[in-house]
Amino acid sequence: MHRDAIAGSIAAIDGVIVTPCEYDSKGYCLDVQVTAQTLLQAVSVIDHCGFFIEAITGVDWLGEKTARHKEALDRAKAVIAAAAKSAAEKGEEPPPAPPLPQPPEDMTDELEVVYDFNRYDDFCRISMRVRVPRSTPCLPTISAIYPGADWHERETHDFFGIRFEGHPNLVPLLLPEDADFHPLLKDFKA
Amino acid sequence: MSAIVEKLNDETFVLNLGPQHPATHGVLRVKLRMDGEYIVEAEPVLGYIHRMHEKMGENRTWIQYLPNTARLDYLHALAFNHVYVNAVERAAGIEVPQRAEYIRVITAELNRISSHLVWFGAFIMDLGGFSPLLYAFDDREQILDLLEAITGSRLTYCYFRFGGVSCDIDDQFITGSRAFVKRMRERLDMYRNLVTNNIITIKRLEDVGPITAEMCRKYGATGPVARGSGINFDVRRHEPYSVYPEFDFDIPVYHECDNMARYMVRMDEMEQSLRIIEQALDKLPDGPYLLPKAPRIVKPAKGDFYQAVESARGSLGLRIVSDGSNNAYRLKWRSPTFSNLSLFGEACIGMLLPDALALMGTLDLVIPEIDR
Repeated sequence: MHRDAIAGSIAAIDGVIVTPCEYDSKGYCLDVQVTAQTLLQAVSVIDHCGFFIEAITGVDWLGEKTARHKEALDRAKAVIAAAAKSAAEKGEEPPPAPPLPQPPEDMTDELEVVYDFNRYDDFCRISMRVRVPRSTPCLPTISAIYPGADWHERETHDFFGIRFEGHPNLVPLLLPEDADFHPLLKDFKA
Repeated sequence: MSAIVEKLNDETFVLNLGPQHPATHGVLRVKLRMDGEYIVEAEPVLGYIHRMHEKMGENRTWIQYLPNTARLDYLHALAFNHVYVNAVERAAGIEVPQRAEYIRVITAELNRISSHLVWFGAFIMDLGGFSPLLYAFDDREQILDLLEAITGSRLTYCYFRFGGVSCDIDDQFITGSRAFVKRMRERLDMYRNLVTNNIITIKRLEDVGPITAEMCRKYGATGPVARGSGINFDVRRHEPYSVYPEFDFDIPVYHECDNMARYMVRMDEMEQSLRIIEQALDKLPDGPYLLPKAPRIVKPAKGDFYQAVESARGSLGLRIVSDGSNNAYRLKWRSPTFSNLSLFGEACIGMLLPDALALMGTLDLVIPEIDR
């Protein structure tokens, strides 16, 4: 199956964004952005296309939105300062300052879950991402489609506390059986 | 599925295999529900030597984490070296000199053979044959001596660096490797006559432990497990890295899906690795073994990067997420045996316990790599 055909059939799902990537610099071919609602549909399409599952993992983006907002704020302030400086050099009044960027309404930080798929025949590595709010990290399980996802989801639950709804056995896999901590969260303190 | 499992009665019992059991090759525990000698249900229990290597990756600098990579898979440590330096080189845009790439391939292939030799000896021991282990370790000793002379260690190598390798290979290593290739060919012939064609081996392995291609796909099995199920998939050919495209070698594939197929894949792979080593020694270019201005402090670009290599056990992947600083923001190992073992629970249902142990042997488990 050709890469463009695969990208097309995944992108046909509503709200799924498929971005082809440059393999040499990134190490994968397609970047697929899905939501918790379209996850199962996208995975079924990938399964129908004959992909095998490589891994599932998470990334904690704690403080990402605050950092982004601060960056935008700093940029805007620098523009204003530059304009004021050039006006002062010409002996003019500083121009009226444009409004500073407002923080986004939803400042809840997010966890990202990354699903890696690959093919045995033609080479096409897919990285599929889905974001969930840190406060309620819930996703449907894909272990009914890929039984191999069972352990990967348990591991992701261990490390990030993401609850995979419908998972047959979401107990710690690598951590002790009574573990109630998630060591790969950025605010984890040993 | 055997007739006994189909008419299941209440008289089943739970049997704990491991965590301290020679057939699990490390601290792996399998909770088995047995009906007499037949397995009704099997659940591997992991995590006995979990060390949170991924967290260690986040609080060490890129270069400080290098020695950790070898501690994950102590049998094919150089593959883990390789995937890590390749991933960081990709992210930071570091070019590697040709000679270094060749040295990496030669040493990684030698290491692959030594890994397969340990598997070969231990696997036959699982089946009850003790002496092949002694022969295999004799051969492996030659490799360890060769690698010790240039890397400084015998097991947990930390040999590759960002932009090359830590030390050049010398004439002694080259003549030693050539002598080893010659010797190993004769030994492989001997193993064929002594072990592969042995009637007990054949009876224990043929038509036992079926793993279908579809099962491999659903569980993400790779490496010799997938190639024993008729799947022609090898990262060295499929997603070429380093200088592998410059060598002429075959990917052994068997379609029988049984224990014997997986056994044969590994035995043939040793021969192919010898071919790669031979060609690499012939073509070995001159030049620097390490980038003259190899960076001491690596700062990869922002973003996430993936790198895969073929380890002795299958497709080994590493995803790094970098925020542009001197530490990894996130580092994820995709270890091949983790996926390969996950199909064991389904594959062994209805099997006799000793056959299931043979099946487990063909998965070639290295527990530190699963538990990480």
